[in-house]
Amino acid sequence: MALSQDEVLAGLAELVNEETGIDVDSVKLDKSFSNDLDIDSISMMTIVVNAEEKFGVKIPDEEVKNLMTVGDAVNFITSAQG
Amino acid sequence: MNHKIVVTGVGATTPLGGDVKSTWSALLEGKSGIKSLEYEWVAKYEIPVTFAGVAKVPANEVLTLQETKRLDPSSQFALIAAREAWADAGITDVDPVRLAVEFATGIGGVWTLLDAFDTLKEKGPRRVLPMTVPMLMPNGPAAAIGMDIAARGGVRTAVSACASGTEAIVNAITRLQSGEIDVVLAGGCEAAIHPLPVAAFASMQALSKRNDEPTKASRPYDIDRDGFVMGEGAGALVLETEAHAKARGAKIYAELAGGAVTSDAYHITAPDPEGSAAARAVTATLAMAGAKPEDVAHINAHATSTPVGDVAEYTALKRVFGDHLKNIPLSATKSSTGHLLGGAGAIEAVFTVLALKHRIAPPTLNLDNPDPAIELDVVTSPRELPDNILAISNSFGFGGHNAVVAFRSYN
Repeated sequence: MALSQDEVLAGLAELVNEETGIDVDSVKLDKSFSNDLDIDSISMMTIVVNAEEKFGVKIPDEEVKNLMTVGDAVNFITSAQG
Repeated sequence: MNHKIVVTGVGATTPLGGDVKSTWSALLEGKSGIKSLEYEWVAKYEIPVTFAGVAKVPANEVLTLQETKRLDPSSQFALIAAREAWADAGITDVDPVRLAVEFATGIGGVWTLLDAFDTLKEKGPRRVLPMTVPMLMPNGPAAAIGMDIAARGGVRTAVSACASGTEAIVNAITRLQSGEIDVVLAGGCEAAIHPLPVAAFASMQALSKRNDEPTKASRPYDIDRDGFVMGEGAGALVLETEAHAKARGAKIYAELAGGAVTSDAYHITAPDPEGSAAARAVTATLAMAGAKPEDVAHINAHATSTPVGDVAEYTALKRVFGDHLKNIPLSATKSSTGHLLGGAGAIEAVFTVLALKHRIAPPTLNLDNPDPAIELDVVTSPRELPDNILAISNSFGFGGHNAVVAFRSYN
């Protein structure tokens, strides 16, 4: 069963926290991964790889550069589930 | 230029304790850090050797979750020991370009490498994490430390199997003598209690098989020794020019008086039974220290508890010290800690420094029936040492690597 947007956000926030130590409450839809959360490219790829496993989706490499904000990633994962 | 070099900080995480204080206390109390392994892989793969010197304090009890996820276990131990040494030295003001790291490993990030290969086989290449390469590279521990203490004077990694930790300290001498560097954080680490390295060392008949008596297994110089015991952890020392240390009013443990490396060019794993290159490493170290063989009053031996290795080291020492050898209190601390491979020389350098500072030679365990072919004064219970002495620590590694360092009492 597909997860809701809130559930994907919560799961993604956990992955960000595990990788970077950033508090889960700081991982909000409007936050930019690089500018607001200061996540470097190697951490971003780690989060992507772990998100694919956690949510059972594929996030193509060429798509990763379009995932500027947490909301972009949540929307991509939510629609990719369906 | 000839700068006197001093030790101003020490750190360790070992099978005996999570820091220097607990490790040193346990060592003097004659405790063993060796125990049966409780990992499921031991039975799953029918590993023939079922014990080792596991780090007393798991790294994840010390580091943050992010640090443990982004660092191989070898780097985790390295960072713990380095931070302790750095805090112990109390350096708050050093020019980053005059601060260097010399941190060794024997094998590198073997857990990361093999876990990643398991992931590749089970889940495909997409699941191989992006941090895999920086985690598995052997310079990973040195790099992690360099970033932690902001060392910009060069970060290097000696890789010479079980001689690595001592070689890193020798390499530090060169940096400090160059006049370009004031402080070096030096040491070594290992985290190889993984089924593959254990199986591989067992396959070459290098490990003790005393599965029923783990604490009795590491028994250097005993007639019934049957191989070494793997250990894990790290040791670290802050090395500093005397001028720099004095200028900041640092406490000084000992002088790092000399060090040298040589190579056997004899056999890839067996030591040269003549011990000539190993002996030359000792004599070169003494020459750098401006000392004579008779000046040496304590030895921390390599002494891994293998039938061949212990004799070869004895032969080399006999070449250098002759009849004086039997007068030198010698400690074989791998009897307590197991063999930390690339970390061994580092923790044994820490032990040698503490032996000088506290004027006490640590005990050697399990010497129940001394090998009659080896005539040494092996310290079996803590023994008082005189003041103002020179001590050496030896390390030898597969590949024919010989590395020796000398420390002198500092008053």
